[in-house]
Amino acid sequence: MVLQTIWFLLWGLLWAIYFVTDGFDLGIGALLPFLGKTDEDRRIMYNAMGPLWDGNEVWLITAGGVTFAAFPKLYAVMFSSLYSALMLILFCLIVRGVSFEFRNKVESRAWKKVWDTCMFLGSALPAILLGVAFANIFRGLPIDQNGVLHGNLFSLLNPYGWLGGALFLALFLVHGATWLAMRTEGDLHDRASAVANKLWYYMVAAVVVFLIVSAFATHLYDNYLKHFVLFIVLIIAVITIIATKVSLASGNFGRAWVWSGITIISATFFGVIGLFPNMFPSIINPAYSLTAFNASSSPLTLKIMLIVALIFVPVVLAYQTWTYLMFRGKISKEELSYDEGY
Amino acid sequence: MDVVTLSRLQFAVATLFHFLFVPLTLGLSILVAIMETKYARTGDETYLKMTKFWGKLFLINFAVGIVTGITLEFQFGTNWSGYSSFVGDIFGSLLAIEATAAFFLESTLIGVWIFGWRKLSAKAHATVMWFVAGASTLSALWILTANAWMQHPVGYVIKNGRAELASFGAVVSQKFAILEILHTLSAAYILSAFFVMGISAYYLRKKQLVDFFTRSFRIALVFGLIFSFFEIVEGHLHGADLAEKQPTKLAALESHWETSKRAPIYLFAFPDEKHARNAVQIGPIPGMLSLLAFHNVNAEVKGLRDFPKGDRPPVLITFGAFKFMIALGFYFALITLIGMFKRDKLTDSPGYLRVMLWSIPLPYIAIELGWIVAEVGRQPWIVYGLMRTSQAASPIAVPQVAITLVGFIVVYGLLGAIAAYLMVKHIRTAPELA
Repeated sequence: MVLQTIWFLLWGLLWAIYFVTDGFDLGIGALLPFLGKTDEDRRIMYNAMGPLWDGNEVWLITAGGVTFAAFPKLYAVMFSSLYSALMLILFCLIVRGVSFEFRNKVESRAWKKVWDTCMFLGSALPAILLGVAFANIFRGLPIDQNGVLHGNLFSLLNPYGWLGGALFLALFLVHGATWLAMRTEGDLHDRASAVANKLWYYMVAAVVVFLIVSAFATHLYDNYLKHFVLFIVLIIAVITIIATKVSLASGNFGRAWVWSGITIISATFFGVIGLFPNMFPSIINPAYSLTAFNASSSPLTLKIMLIVALIFVPVVLAYQTWTYLMFRGKISKEELSYDEGY
Repeated sequence: MDVVTLSRLQFAVATLFHFLFVPLTLGLSILVAIMETKYARTGDETYLKMTKFWGKLFLINFAVGIVTGITLEFQFGTNWSGYSSFVGDIFGSLLAIEATAAFFLESTLIGVWIFGWRKLSAKAHATVMWFVAGASTLSALWILTANAWMQHPVGYVIKNGRAELASFGAVVSQKFAILEILHTLSAAYILSAFFVMGISAYYLRKKQLVDFFTRSFRIALVFGLIFSFFEIVEGHLHGADLAEKQPTKLAALESHWETSKRAPIYLFAFPDEKHARNAVQIGPIPGMLSLLAFHNVNAEVKGLRDFPKGDRPPVLITFGAFKFMIALGFYFALITLIGMFKRDKLTDSPGYLRVMLWSIPLPYIAIELGWIVAEVGRQPWIVYGLMRTSQAASPIAVPQVAITLVGFIVVYGLLGAIAAYLMVKHIRTAPELA
């Protein structure tokens, strides 16, 4: 039981890290048509994500892989019942991924426009759909005792689902614009900074509405009301949201990005802790819900995978931090002239 | 068309397409690392140009490999939920380890390689590519161990209607996995070698950038030669191991219907599955099958007729794929051996160079045929002897799968064409390097 709880939290952590890392990539991609006024601007935006996006995306593979290994029944039910949404996210990630490599290979406006569109849709849609998916998980889905979903993609697009989509999008846009402001200079920097500052308000609105509606649409607050100490997660989120604004306003973009990242982690954990012990609640009958206790793999597997995780997650965080530090400087126009990057 | 068939087709499309790009990543990363190390050691600018030229092709290929890989991880859950909940303990763990130990390293460091030219010393930068090569290899190890478990499940116990892990050591150290890994890696290295040799041959035939492409050709040649010969020996050992562990697959890939001792291999055979026999079988080499499969000319080889009809794999596909793959395998050894003799006078051998150019697609075909043997030959099992493919699919609607199947065919088709176009476009820039 302890093992399953530990894995539940680890599962939440991996999703949180995915949202913090790929979150800013998806945010920048979604801002491409708005901040990328010139070809040069766009190239800089691609290069701002360039060295890190692929390593970031692996957190998604890991979150999925860990779901499979530690909670196979959840993986099976979640992925098959969210078939259309996941396939859509997948196709988006496919076209986004190749855009990085392909976009600048041909000197043609039409060619670049195709890939810029792929980058935009391939970033904005996954951001929204991930929010839709998780909101539906928080709320519960119409799954029966065999783990079969009595619904489809459109049943996921309910108001609360859209709210989740709006929330994730807001978080990622601010996170992305902040990173961009950190890595750019001149006009693009000024516009990225302005967008980050402006979108912060939209983010706050989305967070507030989401928190209020969740009280009525979901059982997320049940655990919190039973153990008030858990509210620390929300308190942290409030502090970091404010800290983000303070750092943004004072032009401290690196710090703002860190605060914005912690906001995303807290937001994720708000949902994950609220969900516990459920992992895929059923609104048809709570007895059909998948939980950390009925969907997990055997104790031996959980033990071995825990050792693997305790070794590799810190190692990966260490060398990824090394790369983040390596590529945190400003991207100059001069850099674009080198025969490397995007 | 039912969900199982559509899902099988979709998985086949996704995997066969992904595997057009993976082998080149596995092998070319090593070749580029070799080139870059030579540059770091000698300061010879030609090696730097080679690193960047072949490196750009590597990156185009790598990008498609990455995005098509995500599909596979998703697909176990989306389309094969029955399989996933049954084998998650074991199969899921191997995948998760692949991600944490290998994918992270590969994907993080490729970013450093692409963008870090001016941030790292020549030696450090070359080391990064070695790490990328090592990480890709590591990822291959884990996924192939996972596939090997599907072919020959070990280290498990059936509990609560699922395959629960009993021994992690047994799963990761089993002979089948080791042989499958060696087989697939060698095949990838052969493919990469032929890729480099073929493109080099194109320019050597035109006598352009002779030094550049001779060096490239020769590095690839040695690589290709070693692994072509290794593959024949190793392939045999892999087949012999398979004969013990997957008797139905062995029977199918040889189209062997009647159980017999001193079982022959035919110079030519054509299966007639409907009547459980060969429509044509000529030129028997007595005892050859027994010898190859069990290292004993008098060994009994079970024929397909001794297995219930529902347990037999599709024979024509498995048999045909196997025979073509073997033929190609011998061809690779032969043509690289010839290359060894011609390596000092490549520009004087336009005929050979032309053959090498046209040989580029052949290892691709061989490798896909290999996967077809492995996976179609395993049918009707999704986990050999443990779970049938027909019981493994997700309870989802046919239209959903039909739509995504078409989606994959279209999107992948476009991606493949674009990637090929970009590679050719880049290859055409070689004269600028002079």
